[in-house]
Amino acid sequence: MSDYKILNTRAPRVDARDKAIGKAVYTDDMTRPNMLYAAILHSPLAHANIVNVDTSKAKRIPGVHAVVTSKDAGIEPYGVSPARYDETIFCHDKVRYIGDEIAAVAADDPDIALDAVRSIKVDFEPLPLVLDGERAMDEGQPLLHKQYKNNVCAQVHWNFGDIEQGRRESSIIRTDSMSSKMQDGAFMEPQAIIAEVDTSGNLTMWSSTQAPHYVQRTLAMALKLPINKVRVIKPAVGGGFGPKASCSTAELAVCLLAMKTGRPVKMTFDREQVFLHSRARHQFFHTMTSGLRDDGTIAFLEHNCLLDGGAYASFGIATIYYAGSLLGGPYRLKNMKYDGYRVVTNKPVCGAQRGHGAVIARALFEVQLDRMAEELGMDPIELRLKNVMDTGETTCNELFVSSFGMREALEAVRDSAAWKKKRASAGKTRAAGKGIGAACGFFVSGAGYSIYRSKTYHCTVVTKVDEVGGGVLVSSGAADIGQGSDTMLAMITAEELGLPLDDVRVQSGDTNLSMDLGAYSSRTTLMTGSACRDAARDVKRKILNAIAGRMSVPPETLDIKDGHIISLGDPIDFSDLRDEYLKEHFGFSDLPDSPLLTFREASRIAFLELGTVIGTGSYRPPKLGGSFKGAAVGTSPAFGCSAQVAEVTVDLETGEITVDKITGAHDCGFAINTTQVEGQMQGSMMMGMGEALMEQICYDDKGRILNANLAEYKIPTSLDMPHLDAIIVESHEPNGPYGAKEVGEGAIMPVIPSILNAVYDATGVRISELPVTPERIAEALRKKRESCG
Amino acid sequence: MKRIISLTINSVLYELAVEPRRTLLELIRQDIGLTGTKKGCGIGDCGGCTVLVDGIPTFSCLMLAIQAEGCEVETVEGLATDGQLNRLQEAFVEHGAIQCGFCTPGMLMTSTELLRHNPNPTEQNIREAISGNLCRCTGYQKIVEAIQHASEADNE
Repeated sequence: MSDYKILNTRAPRVDARDKAIGKAVYTDDMTRPNMLYAAILHSPLAHANIVNVDTSKAKRIPGVHAVVTSKDAGIEPYGVSPARYDETIFCHDKVRYIGDEIAAVAADDPDIALDAVRSIKVDFEPLPLVLDGERAMDEGQPLLHKQYKNNVCAQVHWNFGDIEQGRRESSIIRTDSMSSKMQDGAFMEPQAIIAEVDTSGNLTMWSSTQAPHYVQRTLAMALKLPINKVRVIKPAVGGGFGPKASCSTAELAVCLLAMKTGRPVKMTFDREQVFLHSRARHQFFHTMTSGLRDDGTIAFLEHNCLLDGGAYASFGIATIYYAGSLLGGPYRLKNMKYDGYRVVTNKPVCGAQRGHGAVIARALFEVQLDRMAEELGMDPIELRLKNVMDTGETTCNELFVSSFGMREALEAVRDSAAWKKKRASAGKTRAAGKGIGAACGFFVSGAGYSIYRSKTYHCTVVTKVDEVGGGVLVSSGAADIGQGSDTMLAMITAEELGLPLDDVRVQSGDTNLSMDLGAYSSRTTLMTGSACRDAARDVKRKILNAIAGRMSVPPETLDIKDGHIISLGDPIDFSDLRDEYLKEHFGFSDLPDSPLLTFREASRIAFLELGTVIGTGSYRPPKLGGSFKGAAVGTSPAFGCSAQVAEVTVDLETGEITVDKITGAHDCGFAINTTQVEGQMQGSMMMGMGEALMEQICYDDKGRILNANLAEYKIPTSLDMPHLDAIIVESHEPNGPYGAKEVGEGAIMPVIPSILNAVYDATGVRISELPVTPERIAEALRKKRESCG
Repeated sequence: MKRIISLTINSVLYELAVEPRRTLLELIRQDIGLTGTKKGCGIGDCGGCTVLVDGIPTFSCLMLAIQAEGCEVETVEGLATDGQLNRLQEAFVEHGAIQCGFCTPGMLMTSTELLRHNPNPTEQNIREAISGNLCRCTGYQKIVEAIQHASEADNE
């Protein structure tokens, strides 16, 4: 048991009560005085030259206040990665996917704005389409962007160790492939934006974003504004999972309209626009060849990957690196070769989504390990236990694991799910169609480098003691998008200052408050948590110094516990300070009556001595990673790891899969909040299960999404989901606050392969194309029956 | 052409003029200003806009405001009494059923109705009841547990 009072507990989230009574304010819940409404004209064609855009009719519609196109917005390129700026606010020469933005309108109400958008006349010259990612690089394919030769927007070639040596050492070598479909983030809150400009030219934008800081930079750059004149505020956000991590055309367009009209402008995506804007999971095509030595240790991995990323780069350059780098762990693997290509096609743009880049690669590798274990006649979990890394090891691509509970996690799920007994029952007492499968995962705990090249601090936190005494206000640019980072900040501050959680207020998600790179790469607990701890310690030191000065005792003899100043040495008579406080508060009804000096008194006295008491904390990772090209992607101050066992029942006639139970274990280093760690794990299980079994964006031959809604794009419902058992492993990460590291994304890693391995265990068939729908299973079972005569 | 309708929302009687094509969701969020009820899709797929209309869980994005003439509507803002969360809300808070919170109002309204007509639901009853309310954060596990705890609390 820990000595912590607040940390490592199940404290309710600080925002939960407001959310439970409908008081939490999301962007679409807001209005501003005299506000206009925006609508965007999306391209109806997937690939076409723009010959002419005629906005004259739209401009004449009563109630329309501004119509903007590339003529107003300019054609300076922007994007996510400075190495691949390939988007403009509006299309000017051509459109590249159905949904690409051509113009925007601000009007008195949303209906007028939509009418105006519909009356914009665009003359197109249709171009041949590139829809098949696997053929995008072929000779003679049309090019989407002049600068992307053969439609390749990024490529990676890595060779670590000696795979030929690995091949020679192998007694079993297998080659397997797996592909997936593009997916949607399917967060519940569609993106919403409000922007306004004050009379001094200060632009404020409220947006349902994951990364206010990056959005602020992009707005300033693309709209050519001084960056200090741009403020981005993130109200409550209804989930992000990655797609809300970059600046969108809609954000830029709404700001531009606010600048043009001088009035607040609002826009909320409908659900179809969420799908069109996408920036969600890429389509992956992986082929891997790997080998096992006689003893079951992994000798090498040769990995080829093709990513279909849709029309623009977005996060794709990081995605293609992550797809390779994160196979460096959690197993000892000295020889690894990776060749990855990220291509552009005439489809909505893919970006980051939970488990960025690494999810399908992980799925295939874990399936391949199971297949080799079977060939070797070894239990799949035993095989993994033979290979897992331990704390203090470094991967072949120079990722150092400073804490690593992989072995503990794997043993925990094995034992909790009664793995050995259930595996042994196969073909005996176990009913036909039942199966059980396992897998592991590995993920960063915060990207080691910011997206733009800089030695910037990744985050800062400012903690101010109430001048009136009593509480503290934590200010942070971190983005709580539902994952609970505000609660993490409150808990750390309360713990450090010896205060009840109620006396800590958190304001966050605003570029005015502090620097923070935002909610992505599972970075907030480790990074912003560290800065928050340091800010609280700074505050504590200042308060205790002030009190010690008044009492003429050494500051190190004082501490704060349970909201009171305590003396670690001889008892101290604080009555002079109390008298001073009481004199100030004549007539107040909540005066201190404790024999000890309260934090309320002490913090007021400290203010009287020092003026406003502010503590600050900053965090940036040390230099990480190797010197090879692309070594920065995949680096992290710490790595999370996870293991999972899935149990399924497959209807051997129809192919229908029921997931009966998922048991997952995740090494989060140290659980700041036990309930929230479990919540991240369970949410990951749900998203992974959806990706394994049902989620896919479907396109027609014109590049149009056929299922841009939450009825036909299926995500798991409460009836699809089984009981989810979340086991927390705590390995105490030396680089994380109190030993904490990530859970938000790593926990998704083993989900897909554990289900796939369970389906194989149940049916004897392997499906190499995700999602594993009943049709695919039924077809594979039919083929298997035929081949068996 | 607008029509005058009257309805009660959280026991308050409202009389207002609405366009015939205005949805109940738009009336609740924009005309009345009760923004607790959420719009996640606008076409009845996600359940975020669930309110109770004469006690029945209803997707307010699929109901026209004029159809609610004379009805009693309950929204998430009507669950607490004098700012005190009710047992179901407390259970959602205590058991980690709320992450991003966007599905929460709809989940609360659906499960409110469940517990009214079935005070002792099984886990399967709960999963069936909320199967029209999508959540992308929780895997539903802690929502199901919260509703179970609330029902047990109700029976103490």
